[in-house]
Amino acid sequence: MTQASLGQSVVQKEIQAQNNGVAANVTQTQPLWLLAEVTYRCPLHCAFCYNPTDYDKHTQNELTTEQWIQALRDARRLGALQLGISGGEPLLRDDIEDIVIEAKKLGYYSNLITSGVGLTEKRIQAFKDGGLDHIQLSMHDITEEINNFITNTKTFELKKKVAAMIKNHGYPMVLNVVIHRYNIGHMREILEMAEALGADYIELANTQYYGWSLVNRSQLMPTKEQIDEAERITNEFREKQGSKMKVFFVVPDYFSDRPKKCMNGWGEVFMIVTANGDVLPCHSARVLPNIEFPNVKDKGLDWVWNDSPAFNKYRGDSWMKEPCRSCAEKEKDLAGCRCQAFMLTGDAEGADPVCSLSPNHHVITQAIEDSRNPAIASQPIIFRNDKNSKAIIAGELNDRVKEFHALP
Amino acid sequence: MSIQHTNIYAIALHHRFQWEEAQDCFVILFPEGMVKLNGGAGEVLNLVDGKRTVADIVTELKAKFSDVPDLDKDIVGMLELAIEKAWLRQIN
Repeated sequence: MTQASLGQSVVQKEIQAQNNGVAANVTQTQPLWLLAEVTYRCPLHCAFCYNPTDYDKHTQNELTTEQWIQALRDARRLGALQLGISGGEPLLRDDIEDIVIEAKKLGYYSNLITSGVGLTEKRIQAFKDGGLDHIQLSMHDITEEINNFITNTKTFELKKKVAAMIKNHGYPMVLNVVIHRYNIGHMREILEMAEALGADYIELANTQYYGWSLVNRSQLMPTKEQIDEAERITNEFREKQGSKMKVFFVVPDYFSDRPKKCMNGWGEVFMIVTANGDVLPCHSARVLPNIEFPNVKDKGLDWVWNDSPAFNKYRGDSWMKEPCRSCAEKEKDLAGCRCQAFMLTGDAEGADPVCSLSPNHHVITQAIEDSRNPAIASQPIIFRNDKNSKAIIAGELNDRVKEFHALP
Repeated sequence: MSIQHTNIYAIALHHRFQWEEAQDCFVILFPEGMVKLNGGAGEVLNLVDGKRTVADIVTELKAKFSDVPDLDKDIVGMLELAIEKAWLRQIN
């Protein structure tokens, strides 16, 4: 799973940006986007993965095909339209074909979010026949070296083959590239590669720090200068390129003065069903204290969305504390990300520390400083794999997570 | 860009246009995004089917909304916006 849909996603930006002649709700009371994280198993071991570091606990109790189909039906009835099939690597399940057929029947616009590993001619043909609408492929760099390093796998050549396969089957090509210290210097080349592959859309998703990427934050974070340069190159490319390939640049929140309007608001448009059936309003919500997230094995999605204490907890603004509560800008960002606030400050109702008005903003400036400190930044990357997940669960890597208020 | 009354448009490739009961509106869906259309915009795009000309669309909507002044201009404006957003492709 890549990071495209974290924070203020492209969908939300489109909803806001294209609001000319077009109605968009300010407060959405129905889910528009269902993300199905069908498995946490993954053949890649990306250092920046946002999946929970204790995912190993959730790999044995995945939902069945029938349970997924029921979840799809229930969410569609609530109004969900966009379906992301993600993970982990969704292709590790052999029932994605069945899920795709059901999605088509229900009228979803469906998207397979994949590393490409496991995509064969036979499977892509079945997806096409079944009515899958598009495939989003993660790419990592123009160099084999960086691709293989950051994913901790030898997948560079495979990704190029899969890109061609996607194109040959008449799919729009959507590439997602997570940006970090190791590839940010190759922005122009990455854009040129995407163009050469015939991409219709490319998302340059600056790493946001959740899950494994939070553990590896000091190792992954680029400098402000690098990000500015990357944005400049992206804008230059856009101007030159015209409208042929759509380029989305997801701005990294650590380097802004104000937080992102995370998920466009808690329980506003997004609903995530995870591999084991837990239903979350955002990707990393499980880190939050004092919330019991419902599971589709026990509760229907209608109740989850409309009535569950979890989905209602941070709706509206009555839960906000100062300085957010009386802030003139609170509607713009809804106090930012609850998970980030809790993980980094220990206060889930406080302002996202990314905000320069937060009394805890120093934790962000400290993180930026740490990433420039060779003694810290040279610690080894902890790659996302079962062994490391088990080690983190067992407390063996406490040194790398002790500054956070929950296990990332 | 000028829209001729003889032009014929269809929904762009990789885009889907459909009625959404739960949202009570037409929507356009495409990779990584969606747009909810307001009533008028939805009515216009609902007639864009790869067969009707712009003139056909204007005639039909004028018959349906006979009390709305300057309807031609609104319809062409909506089509212009949709083309600019790459929601439509011209097929003739």
